[in-house]
Amino acid sequence: MHDVADNALVAQVRAGEYQAFEELVSRHERRLYALAWHLTHNHHDAEDVVQNAFLSAMEHLADFRAESAFSTWITRIAINHALKLLRTKRQHSAVTLEQLDDDGEPLPLPEYIAKWRDDPVLNVERNELRAILDEAIERLTPGQRLVFVLRDIQGLSGKETADILNVTENSMKVRLLRARLALRETLTRRFGDPASRQAPHDHEREHPATPPALPVKEETP
Amino acid sequence: MKCQELLKALSEYVEGGVDPAICKELEKHLGDCNPCRVVVDTLKKTISLYKNDEVYELPADFKQRLHKALQEKWRQKANPHSDDASAKKD
Ligand SMILES: [Zn+2]
Repeated sequence: MHDVADNALVAQVRAGEYQAFEELVSRHERRLYALAWHLTHNHHDAEDVVQNAFLSAMEHLADFRAESAFSTWITRIAINHALKLLRTKRQHSAVTLEQLDDDGEPLPLPEYIAKWRDDPVLNVERNELRAILDEAIERLTPGQRLVFVLRDIQGLSGKETADILNVTENSMKVRLLRARLALRETLTRRFGDPASRQAPHDHEREHPATPPALPVKEETP
Repeated sequence: MKCQELLKALSEYVEGGVDPAICKELEKHLGDCNPCRVVVDTLKKTISLYKNDEVYELPADFKQRLHKALQEKWRQKANPHSDDASAKKD
């Protein structure tokens, strides 16, 4: 059954085969659980999200249009359940997929710039490292968290991620960059060597092609 | 290159998906600009820390509960009038 495409399984489910539905669930449950966990940061909530997502999928399979991928569709359903949960539990202001965009703001410039001490993978205990990474993700906005988890952790393509979020690839990229920069900031404060910290370079002016050996007069036309 | 353009280019550079012309300009810039080099390096390290993160396993008891709940729902749908026995929650 593993060679059968998702959409073929969907057709079998519609024809009344429960086994095909089980197979779809088995294929997607782990990824959706991880996604739900990153969004809710709570195992119990993540379980609810996954269960409700598959229950909704069963209920609404007739609405699924085969021109999109089943994985995209089920992921959106799970995300919507997770956002609903966040809304009721934390009164989060961002309530739907569509309201998660923060593209209007300029990108935050890197502030804490320092080389990392040693490789955290080798020098930080595994559970502690995971807790640090999870905590950093939790500080992102839900929109940033989503795009980062889908793209950088779960390894979905740019197009798949953009489709799930129903945004253009370009806007997905900007949001991904915000997430990456924010995480870099958090982790560098943790792993950076303060002795090597340096001030950000002022990039507001065009950079000269080569660094000036001597101070250059700014007024030259 | 100004900050905003530079930042956007950096993200694509980190993925290796940057336009060759921009790449050349960027590499030139990185050669001259130590803070930017550190940003690129720490950005790459950040992403790779998360990429190496293993997939969360589904808790075993949850997997069972999930599949049971779905199966019950399926039965109810197929047989809407005989759901009394399966209506109890666990
Ligand atoms: Zn620079």
